[in-house]
Amino acid sequence: MTSSLELRNITKIFPDQNSGHAITAVENMSFSVKAGELVAVVGPSGCGKSTILNMVSGLYGATHGEVLIDGEVVTGTRPEVGFMLQKDLLLPWRTIVKNVEFGLEEKKMTRAERRERAMEELARMKLAEFADKYPHQLSGGMRQRAALARTLVIQPDIILLDEPFSALDAQTKLVLQRHFARTIAESGVTCVLITHDLNEAVIMADRVVVMSGRPGTVVDEFPIELGNRQDPLARSLEPQAGVYVKRLFDTLHLENQAA
Amino acid sequence: MADTTASLNDGAPEVSSGAPHPKAKKMSKPTRKGISGSGIELAAMIGVGVVFLAAWEFLPPLLDVPRYIIPTLSNCIEEFGNMLQREALLKHFMSTLISALVGFGLGGLLGAASGYLLGLSRLWERVLSPYILALQIAPKVAFAPLFIMWFGYNSIPKLLVTVLVVFFPILVNVLQSMKTVDRDLINLARVYSMNRLTIFRKIEVPSSLPNLFAGLRIGATLAVIGVTVGELVGGNTGLGFLISYGEGQANTAMVFNAIILLTVIGIALYFAVAAVEKRVLHYLERQDH
Repeated sequence: MTSSLELRNITKIFPDQNSGHAITAVENMSFSVKAGELVAVVGPSGCGKSTILNMVSGLYGATHGEVLIDGEVVTGTRPEVGFMLQKDLLLPWRTIVKNVEFGLEEKKMTRAERRERAMEELARMKLAEFADKYPHQLSGGMRQRAALARTLVIQPDIILLDEPFSALDAQTKLVLQRHFARTIAESGVTCVLITHDLNEAVIMADRVVVMSGRPGTVVDEFPIELGNRQDPLARSLEPQAGVYVKRLFDTLHLENQAA
Repeated sequence: MADTTASLNDGAPEVSSGAPHPKAKKMSKPTRKGISGSGIELAAMIGVGVVFLAAWEFLPPLLDVPRYIIPTLSNCIEEFGNMLQREALLKHFMSTLISALVGFGLGGLLGAASGYLLGLSRLWERVLSPYILALQIAPKVAFAPLFIMWFGYNSIPKLLVTVLVVFFPILVNVLQSMKTVDRDLINLARVYSMNRLTIFRKIEVPSSLPNLFAGLRIGATLAVIGVTVGELVGGNTGLGFLISYGEGQANTAMVFNAIILLTVIGIALYFAVAAVEKRVLHYLERQDH
């Protein structure tokens, strides 16, 4: 059900669209995620965080090195990987329940089974009564919950979250972080959370991987020993959380940067 | 076009999910002030029409403008009766209407199909784009005499002009929308193991519908122009023919009437497309209030 993930000496070089020069997005990067673990990846913008997501989901391969899921090399997209972005990626022409069913449509199951699974997932997200609404009729937080329902309904082994809360207002963000933390902990799924929010990384993750600026590589990696992962709000109140945030702050040399 | 696609992406958040029992709010109902405001607007709209019709009826005689320059409203109504009886107006009207409908249908179908095909192939799109641009800029109505030389004085030339005029805006709109489909949506579908055809059907076609309809709306108004030019240049049926026929007789009222009827066809076609669009794109958040 849940998988481990390993990135081994990954380098990714892109040709630049405009100049034609090669750009190294990430260089010789390695880290691993144990089954059921939630690892947050933080780093300055442009450090190739999203590149990681695309390589793990199999949308494109690494230039050097390899991505392994359960010890197997990733060569293409696979339905066991779910991903979620800052954008909800809900299809505006589909109702919420049809959006949740979207990921199930390539699986061999009847229409009724699909509907049942989707409704179960929506009930878990407390969105059952909005099943027949269209995305534009929902608030940003609700849309993001619907997106999580769509991500989890396929029962993925790994989910990749790329800044899922960064487009939300501060309050919605807190509520949603707690909701996501609970849901993810309950399903026991392996999770990579890409974020630029240091506090978010500390309160949600089992472990944090810190990346340098471009070309991105791992500069620090440490476990968050706060326990209680399903309740980020309680975690954020612990004094030790501040110590972890400070450590991230220092590792990223943020104090030397002009705003 | 731009405003529909924008609302596709970010519908304004209406309710905060932090509320204990969030309910998706319906679109805000017009307030009492809004109703009386639109009532005044409607009255003004009708008022402008009445003033215009009155000016049309009474100003030309007052200013000694002869009826072969500007026929009055009653002259036109009188001529309308004549045209119904003597010129088989209904036959001409139907000929133009059917040509416009068929031309619009064919042009729309071909334009959309070409747009989707080119949108599927980056290579062909790049290879053909300079030629498409050239053809798009070429004034299509100028082809009408050519078509008459090729196909003779029948209904084919005006149909061809109409198809050609309708074709390009729809092609360009569809192609544009295919190029701007959200890459992340396509990636999402790829992660869900969907193949090229499924992605086209489930993501690209629905994403392109707002643009397709924008193209169809433009095409609906252009269709009437295409038919008219075809009929003006050569032919013995249609409202365009009546215009040149009326011109030959210095029957200005007939020209006026034909123009008005052409406009009616254009408006009907436009609103038919708009009505279908409203039904098909019902999921878009409307901002027109």
